[in-house]
Amino acid sequence: MQLTDLTMLELAEKLAAGQVSSVEATRACLERIQRVDPKIRAFLRVDEAGALAAAEASDARRKAGTPASPLDGVPVGLKDLFLTEGLETTAGSRVLEGFVPPLDATVVRLLREAGLPLLGKLNLDEFAMGSSNESSAYFPTHNPWDVTRTPGGSSGGSAAAVAAREVFGALGTDTGGSIRQPAAFTNTVGLKPTYGRVSRYGVIAYASSLDQPGPMTRTVADAAALLQILAQHDPKDSTSAPVKTPDYSAALEQGVRGLKLGVPREYFAQGMEEEVEASVRAALREYERLGATLVDVSLPHTQYALATYYLIAPAEASSNLARYDGVRYGLRAKDARGLKELYSLTRERGFGPEVKRRIMLGTYALSAGYYDAYYLRAQKVRTLIREDFTRVFQDVDALVAPISPVAPFKLGEKVDDPLSMYLMDVYTLPCNLAGVPGLSVPCGFTKAGLPVGLQILGRAFDEALLLRIARAFEREHDFFRRLAPI
Amino acid sequence: MALTLEQVRHVATLARLALTPEEEQRLSTQLSAVLDAVTQLQSLDVENVEPTSHATLTASLLREDVTRPSLPPEKSLANAPAKSGTSFAVPKIIE
Repeated sequence: MQLTDLTMLELAEKLAAGQVSSVEATRACLERIQRVDPKIRAFLRVDEAGALAAAEASDARRKAGTPASPLDGVPVGLKDLFLTEGLETTAGSRVLEGFVPPLDATVVRLLREAGLPLLGKLNLDEFAMGSSNESSAYFPTHNPWDVTRTPGGSSGGSAAAVAAREVFGALGTDTGGSIRQPAAFTNTVGLKPTYGRVSRYGVIAYASSLDQPGPMTRTVADAAALLQILAQHDPKDSTSAPVKTPDYSAALEQGVRGLKLGVPREYFAQGMEEEVEASVRAALREYERLGATLVDVSLPHTQYALATYYLIAPAEASSNLARYDGVRYGLRAKDARGLKELYSLTRERGFGPEVKRRIMLGTYALSAGYYDAYYLRAQKVRTLIREDFTRVFQDVDALVAPISPVAPFKLGEKVDDPLSMYLMDVYTLPCNLAGVPGLSVPCGFTKAGLPVGLQILGRAFDEALLLRIARAFEREHDFFRRLAPI
Repeated sequence: MALTLEQVRHVATLARLALTPEEEQRLSTQLSAVLDAVTQLQSLDVENVEPTSHATLTASLLREDVTRPSLPPEKSLANAPAKSGTSFAVPKIIE
């Protein structure tokens, strides 16, 4: 077994025992990146010097017997949506090319304080808007399981880097499925925490009422360990929840015996690929075998989630992205005559087609005469979607469902048809609208060797239970040991 | 619901986007398709439903109103495309 094949916790154990140093682990990642990333293209920027300096400092702490955290010295990567002081951050957009943030996002600070070397910035759909990584202004990332296919999006670079063993773990963000869908597409674990659980301060905003950062890892236990570092109340984010952080690893091995797991019938609609459905159904039977009770449940407003999301998210995006105007940072159209033209030319040149589409849609939905019919109505339907979850969680402990109706699709297959791309998110959007936590855990492969993920949804702030349910399945099927064919 | 070219141009002005004629054409088609898909919401009765702006939040959390250190001007200006002293410089505002 190669060093880079270890899980985060396995590496942490070796670091604690002095069997390997953080510098060795970090160098192993850097060599791996050099070898495989030309095929995967997960990285927008590798910070070799920064990562090695952090690794040396970590080794010194370990030697002195004063590790900063259990994961001190474990190298990870960051989606290029997290501000990193002194290291270029682009959100996958031309409009932020060359932007060097003056500060760290709170979660980046937390990782640094916990001693994790940061290997660099990972590719994403521009401003996290997309489901395939193809809307990145720089290049698309390839799926390590089949390089002609997408790793999903928008945290596709993070997922691909974890699956390709370039990093031990990574941070992603999830606004409508952007952690869970790429995790499902790459045989990795992805957790979208409860809205408010993890600070959004310094995370470039897409849709502020939906965005949530979270861990992307190879195993459930790694996700729990990483969430342990990230889940802190942050006074700098007014939507950060002042909620105590539980021990996410404590109950991990307690199994599912006696738990009631809801199977939402709306999540098994027509149009799901047969092999994906078969894999998910097999996982449900497994839970039954392990002692859980499956309950048929209904979330009747699920069919409205897509329309609701594609009004609310673009509306919030159109407001958030107003700041990219060529005045304070990023691109500026230098040939503009006057201030108005400076704005409109900068934005025309800086944004890609998907971002323009969403800005236009959001601006329209918020404009005079349409606000009530579109935006306000969508917010009301959001209430109905949220109440579906509240009602169903009175009867069951968690929900089990598919992540995506399809297996990873070919790069280029859907780029010209935005609506069919939006349909890929149909099973992941309701979770964000309701603000509840959602997790993706590997549950099998198609005959062609493409990964399939299982979605577990729970009550607000019940991440520990989701991790425990996911772990019960992972213990029976350690798909994470399989190596992508690269 | 179809979005006319004229409407696309109006929204583009509101959004401060200098679209090309090809983009206007393409967005008119694509946005019309998306708006068609979202008309589905019009069929729901939401008369007595309160809107949700934040899913898990009942009220905004406010910090103590005390002064804290903020970014020094040179750091704030470090990424400025053009600056003048401690200000961001822009083209003439009054035309």
